[in-house]
Amino acid sequence: MNLFRFFSRAQSAPAARERLQVLLAHERAATGDSDLVNKLRDEILKAISKHMQVDDEKVSIKMERGAQVSTLAVDIEIPFDAGKKAA
Amino acid sequence: MGKVIVVTSGKGGVGKTTSSAALGAALAQSGEKVVVVDFDVGLRNLDLVMGAERRVVYDLVNVIQGEAKLTQALIRDKRVETLYLLPASQTRDKDNLTPEGVEQVIAALKNAFDWVICDSPAGIERGATLAMRHADVAIVVTNPEVSSVRDSDRIIGLLDSKTLKAENGERIEKHLLLTRYDAARAERGDMLKVDDVLEILSIPLLGIIPESMDVLRASNVGAPVTLADGRSAPALAYFEATRRLKGESLPVTIPGDKRSFLGKIFGRKAA
Repeated sequence: MNLFRFFSRAQSAPAARERLQVLLAHERAATGDSDLVNKLRDEILKAISKHMQVDDEKVSIKMERGAQVSTLAVDIEIPFDAGKKAA
Repeated sequence: MGKVIVVTSGKGGVGKTTSSAALGAALAQSGEKVVVVDFDVGLRNLDLVMGAERRVVYDLVNVIQGEAKLTQALIRDKRVETLYLLPASQTRDKDNLTPEGVEQVIAALKNAFDWVICDSPAGIERGATLAMRHADVAIVVTNPEVSSVRDSDRIIGLLDSKTLKAENGERIEKHLLLTRYDAARAERGDMLKVDDVLEILSIPLLGIIPESMDVLRASNVGAPVTLADGRSAPALAYFEATRRLKGESLPVTIPGDKRSFLGKIFGRKAA
């Protein structure tokens, strides 16, 4: 065992604790599909598809769940003639 | 066309998810394009072990049910560019995995990746049989312990009968990955030795992963062990197994072969 590496390493258990706390807080809040971020994701897409035809390939959704704040980034390419198609 | 690998064991807790993440990362670190697929619907954990648990938007079941495109469900690793994760669903039932759906997803992944690694759930039910269904290569993860060896034997039987390759009369390539191996205990005669397990299961050895604190440490911080500490003993063992998986023939390092001076002294005392 390399002694230098042994002592130079930071403890990893606090990281595990923090990650689990955030994850489980989200999972306990979400029963079935009632998770707020998931709901938002679906409703945003629904609202957009009312006004234009959304090409599934052109939609990128990214999520980052945090302890205090979660972020939801919906990136949609809107083509020039999108409005016409919806009619 | 990519190669499909199933990481399976029958028994739970032997290191399937750890090994899927480590082998997947090691392959990607060597420049290959890799996707690791979690088949444990309802009890997903690969996302946690790979540190992507906060970024899951869609999952395998969403893709199979047509609720999301495959490209939307794939999560790209933040450390290795060519490493992707397809998470399992946490809330759905495993009955949502249909044979047709899995077949389509695997076919699409094979087209886009060099390696498709399927992390099987424990047991021999639907999730496990679907995970192995389309495999070209099976990695049987086994601990040197009686119940694990017995379950591995059972899984080998299933690999030889229930996979697509077996049904077509072809042979599925099978490898043994011996995990949580403790050289000192094996030497004292308290643990099954490598040769014992090989003799009983009689499939070729892919590698021996030593029992190590580094594995727990890596999962604590959400990194495959080959990324968390590439110089640690388990990481080196996974790198070696990866090279063998890619077709290189090199002798398997048996942990404890190269004992340090201090190790020899203390090892003798303990014996």
